[in-house]
Amino acid sequence: MIEPHMVREMGLNETEYQKILDTLGREPTITELGMYAVMWSEHCGYKYSRPVLSLFKNYKEAQEQGSLENAGVVALDETYGIVFKVESHNHPSAVEPFQGAATGVGGILRDIFTMGARPIALLNSLRFGPLEDTRNRYLFEHIVAGISHYGNCVGVPTVAGEIYFNKCYSGNPLVNAMAVGIVELKNIASAAAQGIGNPVVYVGSATGKDGIHGATFASVELGPDSESKRPNVQMGDPFLEKLLIEATLEALETGFVVGIQDMGAAGLTCSTCETAAKGGKGMEIDVRKVPLRESDMTPYEIMLSESQERMLCIVQKGKEQAVIEVFRKWGLSAAVIGLVTDDGLVRVKDNGVVVAEVPAKSLTDECPTYHLQTEEPEYIKALHAFDLSSLPEPVTTHFELSLIEANELLTSEASTTSISYAEALIRLLDSPSIASKDWVTVQYDSMVQTQTVALPGSDAAVLRIRGTKRGIALKLDGNGRYGYLDPYVGGQIAVVEAARNVACVGAKPVAVTDCLNFANPEKPTGFWQFRRSVEGLASATEAFNTPVISGNVSFYNETPEGAIFPTPTIGILGILDDVNRRCQAGFREDGEGDTIVLLTAYRDHTGGLGGSEYLSVVHNLETGVPPRVHLEGEKNLVGLLLECIGDSLFASSHDVSDGGLAICLAESAMISNQGAAILLNRNDFPELAQPSSLLFGEAQGRAVVTVRTEKQLSKLKERALAFGVETAWIGTVGGENLRISIGPDILTDIPVSVLKEISTRSIPRRME
Amino acid sequence: MIGVTINTGRNPRFAVLRFPGSNCDQDAYHVVKDVIGREVEYVWHQDTSLKGFDVIILPGGFSYGDYLRTGAVARFAPIMEAVRKHADQGGLVIGICNGFQVLCEAHLLPGALIRNSGCKFLCKYVPLRVENNETPFTSRYTQGQTIHIPIAHGEGRYVCDETTLQSLENNKQILFRYTDSDGNANEAGNPNGSIVNIAGIANSTFNIMGMMPHPERASEKILGSADGREVFESIVCSAERIFK
Repeated sequence: MIEPHMVREMGLNETEYQKILDTLGREPTITELGMYAVMWSEHCGYKYSRPVLSLFKNYKEAQEQGSLENAGVVALDETYGIVFKVESHNHPSAVEPFQGAATGVGGILRDIFTMGARPIALLNSLRFGPLEDTRNRYLFEHIVAGISHYGNCVGVPTVAGEIYFNKCYSGNPLVNAMAVGIVELKNIASAAAQGIGNPVVYVGSATGKDGIHGATFASVELGPDSESKRPNVQMGDPFLEKLLIEATLEALETGFVVGIQDMGAAGLTCSTCETAAKGGKGMEIDVRKVPLRESDMTPYEIMLSESQERMLCIVQKGKEQAVIEVFRKWGLSAAVIGLVTDDGLVRVKDNGVVVAEVPAKSLTDECPTYHLQTEEPEYIKALHAFDLSSLPEPVTTHFELSLIEANELLTSEASTTSISYAEALIRLLDSPSIASKDWVTVQYDSMVQTQTVALPGSDAAVLRIRGTKRGIALKLDGNGRYGYLDPYVGGQIAVVEAARNVACVGAKPVAVTDCLNFANPEKPTGFWQFRRSVEGLASATEAFNTPVISGNVSFYNETPEGAIFPTPTIGILGILDDVNRRCQAGFREDGEGDTIVLLTAYRDHTGGLGGSEYLSVVHNLETGVPPRVHLEGEKNLVGLLLECIGDSLFASSHDVSDGGLAICLAESAMISNQGAAILLNRNDFPELAQPSSLLFGEAQGRAVVTVRTEKQLSKLKERALAFGVETAWIGTVGGENLRISIGPDILTDIPVSVLKEISTRSIPRRME
Repeated sequence: MIGVTINTGRNPRFAVLRFPGSNCDQDAYHVVKDVIGREVEYVWHQDTSLKGFDVIILPGGFSYGDYLRTGAVARFAPIMEAVRKHADQGGLVIGICNGFQVLCEAHLLPGALIRNSGCKFLCKYVPLRVENNETPFTSRYTQGQTIHIPIAHGEGRYVCDETTLQSLENNKQILFRYTDSDGNANEAGNPNGSIVNIAGIANSTFNIMGMMPHPERASEKILGSADGREVFESIVCSAERIFK
């Protein structure tokens, strides 16, 4: 007997319950109710986001053609395809950081090898509250440990990522994991159930009582009782996953597997109804044939369990034994639990007794969708009206700093009235969002599989692909602060910055995956942020011709203290025609005398200080208008970078982003232990009138490159002219210090070794 | 050259063992086959024979998940009896990372590998000093040469008792030590707390070698270093020298 409170507790409203009654023509069983509740949750059914996601051309087409797969595929060449996807695991990580993050990695990997692709790389994008808070330190340490534990053991390198710290993520960290795989195009596996009478084979770990209703949990805000949801979080076993990868790829090679789907959110419910619906078939299974960890599990628990490391295979009739043998060889359980039927129903039996019988499509395609109200939040106008020119400019004194002096400055609060440019630079390098992430990245195996050519710390990771000349570049990017000030522009910047990052290593941006982290969509202001952000993403991806081939939406990222910034993160794939023609962000180690050139694709008259790290670190402000984006200009810059790197013109190239030009130069210097003498001519940058915007402004569409010879310099100028990109000579590589002057004024003159020490100590000193 | 006998021709055949959870098996296979161009095959943990192979590689990874203790379960795999026999007959065996841990657990090498002193997994390039170049695994290096090879482990801190350490030192069984960037084997250059900065050792007859750093990850310039390649070339070289 279904009571109204049971319906509510599972997250369904009255109209939705009525729709279930109408579909079935009777009251649902408890198992059926549970199945509808998870499949119609936002997490699985995208009931709020689906209408907005149709703004992505590819998504709309795939949805209309019924060809949405676990992850998207891009051709690398005529033989191979690259498969990739990003997914969030925010809520589980907020309450159980180690397992939450670990299973996030496990889940996204299964999306990749379920398509027949061998996973070759992992990336992650993480957001935390400030490390000054104990709970945030705990979350940071254990989320990183969870990723490290899972990724290292499973033998897939973690090659790149990004981490930001901001108080809006306190108590609601973001964990976005991306996985990348390689597949022979002719061997892409399908997730559709085909062939009436074909057996359904369950493989992998046995089903336990963990993770029940995980998807429902992910579809509400975090609150004081979230701690009690820890049993909703799954436990990961990377060793089993490694076996599952090898066994699945070997099983697919037999040619006997017709369809395959991993069991992630909503477990058996999701994998049975999605494969059935996709194949236009039905499916019948008996839960008593499922390998169980505890024999007393109810059908409800078995259907909703989110135990990890499990897959569902539809196998050619008569060949099931051959497929089962492969999994057994790898020490995994495998059992026939049912078969494909022709009636379009998912029928669940318990020892022969029917406990659920629902139309497969009613769980998937017919999930109710909502067109939610939008309303621009009030705060935006106030922030845009803020007059940045009213802020005091730093002073030009004390431009030299020793390590002792620098460290001393960091022990006290910044004084906005007497801060020097040199101190501002030191404070930015010490800001954990900008500082070196070595403390994190050394905990990840970034080299296993021996394909990683550019290690973490580069603009983008570069992988060679064995057996071809080609290489791929990967990056995951997203700045929540821009999204807070203007979600449309924030969405655009996430895409253009990701594209710039791969272009800086010499790779052509070809496709993206997105993870959309937002607040409660049922609040009109929250949904407005989501909608504007997707519009921004769609406009930029269309301009770059980099389709969104996969993605994930995570709503309800808010706690009683407030909502997170609208934070779309963009995972991008770039392709290098020749992996040997690539470029790195650091100056050449023996690059003394190399010429440093700033490329500017378009001018930003806002000065680029709105929403900048400088404003936050030095003035403790998150306000203003974010940097503006000119999509044509961005495309021109990417085009220029690719052409020049393809001809080996550059000794280094690095994009200007968070922290502005000064941080960009400091990073290139720190990588190579090479100083630089920079002389900025004010007349070259009339729009960046304040020295602070010239040094720390985050105007988009810029990159810093170095060339070795006069000849290369003139070639660069010639090409830049053709692309409509401006070039400015700004200095030369060499010496032990990074010295930056504007005209006759020296603003900062600090040994690179000091900059490096401040940057690398930033996170460790907060964690000790 | 001490204690080396290679059974067949001058073109040694390599075996790469595969335990459930091995994850550097394909990397070792790739280096032998594609970089140094020698014959190589995978051997499954449940096989019982290594007949026809001259060099056995125990690759890195997390054999059996390493849930009990690193390498503690793998030592009982059926193939390990064959490894022991192969070694007893003087055949070459090399254990890399998890492979080193397995060899210690199997008592084919002395000592043990425990949790890093910093308690965290560490993946980075480290400088190593070649301590003894008169072995089948190091003959292509010069004595005292500094090389750059990455480590990637959570449990790579080599420990042993005082007597064992004395005999390792006296017999020159320490093949590689971690150093700082100036080539000094001091505390600053010790990434995991290993006793006297030990990164790799051989048995007393110099036909079994274990090392925590990954030479197979540093065998091609494009990956950042080709310094590790000489480990594999040394093995081939010693085989050829013997049969000339």
